[in-house]
Formats: sequence, structure tokens, C-alpha cells
Amino acid sequence: MGRYLARRLLQFIPVVIGTMFLLHYITTLGIQFNGDPVRALFGDRPPPDAVLASIRDRYGLDDPCLQQPGNPCIGLFIDRIGEYLRGDFGTSIRFTDRPITELVAERAPVTIRLTIIAVVFETIVGILIGTMAALRKDGFVDNSVRIVTTLLVSTPIFVFGVLVQVFGALALRSWLLGIDAPLWLSDMFSPVYNVANPWLSLIVPGIVLGAFSLASIARLTRTSLIENLRADYVRTARAKGLPARRTIGVHALRNSLIPVVTYIGIDIGVLMGGAVVTETIFGIPGIGQLVLLSVRGQDALVIIAVVTMLVLVFLVANLIVDVLYAVLDPRIRYD
Amino acid sequence: MTESTDFAMEPDPRTEPPESPEQQKREINRSLWADGWRELRSKPQFWLSVVWVLIVSSMAVFPSLWTSGDPLDNCLLEQGSEGPSAAHPFGFTYQGCDMWGSVVYGTSKSLAVALLATVMTTGFGMLIGVLAGFYPGMVDTVLSRFTDIFFGLPFLLGAVVFLAIVPERNVLTIAMVIALLGWTTIARIMRGSVLTTKNRDFVEAARGLGATNGRIIRRHILPNSMAPIIVLTTINLGVYVGLEATLTFLGVGFQRPNTTWGLLIAEGQPYAMQGDAHLLLIPCAFLVVTVLAFILLGDMLRDALDPRGR
Repeated sequence: MGRYLARRLLQFIPVVIGTMFLLHYITTLGIQFNGDPVRALFGDRPPPDAVLASIRDRYGLDDPCLQQPGNPCIGLFIDRIGEYLRGDFGTSIRFTDRPITELVAERAPVTIRLTIIAVVFETIVGILIGTMAALRKDGFVDNSVRIVTTLLVSTPIFVFGVLVQVFGALALRSWLLGIDAPLWLSDMFSPVYNVANPWLSLIVPGIVLGAFSLASIARLTRTSLIENLRADYVRTARAKGLPARRTIGVHALRNSLIPVVTYIGIDIGVLMGGAVVTETIFGIPGIGQLVLLSVRGQDALVIIAVVTMLVLVFLVANLIVDVLYAVLDPRIRYD
Repeated sequence: MTESTDFAMEPDPRTEPPESPEQQKREINRSLWADGWRELRSKPQFWLSVVWVLIVSSMAVFPSLWTSGDPLDNCLLEQGSEGPSAAHPFGFTYQGCDMWGSVVYGTSKSLAVALLATVMTTGFGMLIGVLAGFYPGMVDTVLSRFTDIFFGLPFLLGAVVFLAIVPERNVLTIAMVIALLGWTTIARIMRGSVLTTKNRDFVEAARGLGATNGRIIRRHILPNSMAPIIVLTTINLGVYVGLEATLTFLGVGFQRPNTTWGLLIAEGQPYAMQGDAHLLLIPCAFLVVTVLAFILLGDMLRDALDPRGR
């Protein structure tokens, strides 16, 4: 185990630096080819050059290498890593000079709440319907689950989100308002985020965000549970006379959930992309919306800082999942 | 089944209908592909998906076969958002263009992006995967870490960021951004597949006979690693059609005056909220059915090419 951990950590460091460099290089190329974001800020009525120069100087955009297309700006990259390590992520140009850390701190709780709802929904419902499908293989439930999950996987998240918003939430809400249902119930189906209901109005977006992964988790659970139900140890447990609840619930299901745990690592990346879409559709002021707003406003400093933070979260989550996998499955660590 | 391995000599009485020994021998010598084809052609979903893919591809290549003229040529604002009628069964877009014509003309860009991105991901992914699997040690370590670096960027997030800096968004640049982030899965699968094939006896035999590395890769490793790649490539076609529409919806893909399904959906959303449901439902239906067709094809190919399933 110690050797596995050490090896995995040693691989982790170059990958983190590599991914950060990739991001840095791509955004640098963007500035070099498209002109710098300060000029874009003023459109076709640029202020005097002296003003532009002083703004560039303030945001660290005056480095001469930003004028040389193709130059990887290694010096700038090293400076930036140093600033990030000291906790200085720079300031936003668009959002009236606010420190990026402040913007992120303000928006992160919303996205975290959204993600919690999505993850709770997708794991509980996914494992439940996956188990039901596996126990009645080729039965009615199994076939319905297969059809529904295939449909969910084939529906891009923005299509699902827009359809749920227009034909699900909106229609249900007006119906609930019509029959004088309790207010909290109709608030739950609000088609847009409402600051007054920080959890309730995130339930529908959370379900949309988790729907794609729900399908994957249900399928993974089903396949691996079917495989395990045929295994010798389950037969032995049955032969010993253990009740079905225990053979399935404790012996088979627990082993079947190992692939589900590893899926959560990949899932973090899926959820991050999905959050950009879900937050845009439902008008949720979270990190995903911040990324899209900065992309549309060409705020290069915010893009690179926020995406770097997200990538770090993704990579660390994957590292934890890999370690967890080795803890759960001894075959990995003795490899 | 009996323990005997030579079924041709000793027909199992339970198999019906009875066949001549010669016929049975042919049955046993069927390749993985022939076996897969036999399974596929008996499935109605397979033919449905194939027919839909052919329809959509013909819309992309010859839109005039399906509708008369570019929909943008005869739009009347006073017809805007009109619902379905006998002459126009899919109604009109909010700009008053024929919806059916817009959907047909919207096909080509999406499919072109998906096809181009798939060709690029498969080509580059296979190259990196084969090299990493075939040359262990330094080459493998460097290429695997290189793959990890690109894998470290979440797909949709990375695509949004990269498209933000692309000066002009067209079929080529959108496909390139998708390919830049998408090749890693193919590379990883290819590497694993090469690692398992490399040590099989027939590769040793070929090496013993003096085959060069290039020949071993071309004639022995690649054909035996193809099955999972073909499955993933088919699924990717569908996923990329959906991804292009997603990026367009987010405003970092195609823009007007292009016509694509993603644009039709994005424009239809606010009007559907006010009650014109067809503006949203029709382009969504075309998009979802197309993605579904490719994903179903991929799933069925996987089942058909996996000998464990039988």
C-alpha cells in the first residue's frame, strides 16, 4: 500500500503542473492572437494609450512575451504559479476590479449545494434502480431501466435541462399554484434560481445535473451486481442458509459498488461541465456561470484562475478515488 | 454441451435444425466479425438505427432532396412561431422560416463536426495508444503522462475555455477543440489492448519469423485491437453531435447566419416558455434521436463483438 501511494503521488505532481501549463499556454495563445482583453474591454472607443498601459500594468498584462505569438511565456507561468501558491489569484477586469478569490468564495457555496443535491440524487436513485434491475434480470423493471437510462445518456444535458424547465417545472408550478398547494411545494418548481430559497429552488437543477450520471451509475450497479450474484461466494452464502437480504445486501451489493466508487472520480469532471450548462439554463449564480460569463466577456485572468482551481479539485478528487480504490480492492495495490 | 472440442465430428443432438457436418464446420470457423454480424442483423433496433443514420446523413449531404431551397431564403416575419399546418407540418421558427427546412439544413454542420472530430480523435488516440503500448519504458511513461495531462481537463469545461480563444468558430476549429480533449480515452483503451495482444503467441511467432515492428503492428496488433475502438468511435459520433449542440447553446459554438440544431434549440427556449412548444420540441427530437441512434449502434456493436455475451 505504501509503495502504491508513493507511486501514485509521484505521478500526480507532473500531471498537475502539466495540466496547469496546458491551460496557461492556451490562454496565452488566445491573448497573443486575439489582442489583449484590456482593449476588448473598451470596444471601438479606446482611451488614450497611457490609460491602457497603466491598466495592463495593473493586471500583469504588460509582459512583452504576450506580444509574440507562439511564445509559451514560461517566465509568466512560473510567476503565476508562485502567486497562486501564495493565494493571490489576481483581480477580475469585468467584475469591477474584485479579487477573483472573493468572486469564487461568493459563488462556490451555490455550486457546492447544487453538486451535493446532484450527487445525493444520482447515487441513491442510481444504486436503487440498478439493484432492482439486476435482481429481476430481463424482467419488466430491468427493461424499463435499460430504456430510460439509454434515453438519458443520449439526451445532451442542455436539452434535458431546457425540457425539464419548460415542460416540467414551469407546467407543474402553474398547476400547483392553481390548486393552492403549499407555497414551499410550488417554490420547488421555480424555473429559475431564487435567492430566498437557496436549497428548494436548486432541487430541480440538481436533478437535471445528476441525470446523466444517474444513468451511468444505474448501469454500472446492474452489470456488476449481476456478475457478483453468479459468483461462488454468493452461492456459498446462500448454501449456508443466510437470508436473501444479507446475501444480496451485504455480500453481493457491497462488492458491486467498487466500480461505482471509481466512477465518482470521473463524475466530478462531468458535473463541472454540467454545472456550466445547468447554471446557465436556470440562472444560478455559481462557478459555472462565472466561467461562462468570463468566457463571453474574454476575461482571461478569471478564466485561467477559476478553471485552474476547478482542475485542481478534479485532479485531487481523482487521486482520492484512486487511493480509495486501492483500499477497497487489494488486487490493485499488489499490482 | 459435451466435453468434446471437435463438434464437427460429433454433432450435439440438442442443436436444431440438424446440419450436415460440413455446414457445421463452417459455422465453427466463423470469425468474431461474422458472428457479430449474424447477431446484429437479427435485431430490429439495429436496422432502425442504421436507417435513421442514413436518413440524417443524406440530409446533411443533399438537403435539397428533402426540402425545397434554403429555409433562410423565404422567411416571413409575420409567420413567426406559427404552429404546424398541413403545408408546413413542423410549423415555423420564430423568424418565420420553415421549421422542417431549418432542421434539414441544420444537419450538415453538426454531422460534419462530429465526423471530423471522430476521425481526429480516433487517429491521434490510436497513434499515441499503439506507441505507448508497444514501446514500454521511457516512451510509455512519457506518453501516458502526456495523456493524463489532457485527461485532467474536464471535457465540457475545457472545450468552453478553448473555444473562447479560437478566433473564428467553424466546422474545423470546433472539431479540433473537441478532438484536442477527446483523444485520451481512445489512447488509453488502445494502449491496454496492445499490451494484452503484444504477448500472445502469434505475435511471438511473427517476430520469430523476422517480421519488423511496423509489420507486427499493422498486421497483427491493430486488427486484434479494433473491436473496442470501433465501438467507442460509433458512440463518439453521437456524443460529439450532442457536444456541438451544447457548445452552440452556450454561445461558444456556431452563430447565425449558420443553421444548426443547437441554434434552433437555443432560440426556441424563450418562446417555448411562452407557449410555442414546437419551437423547442422539434429540434430537440431530431437531436436526441440522432444521438440515440449512434449510441444504440455502439451498444449493439459492443454486445455483438463481445464473445463473453454468448
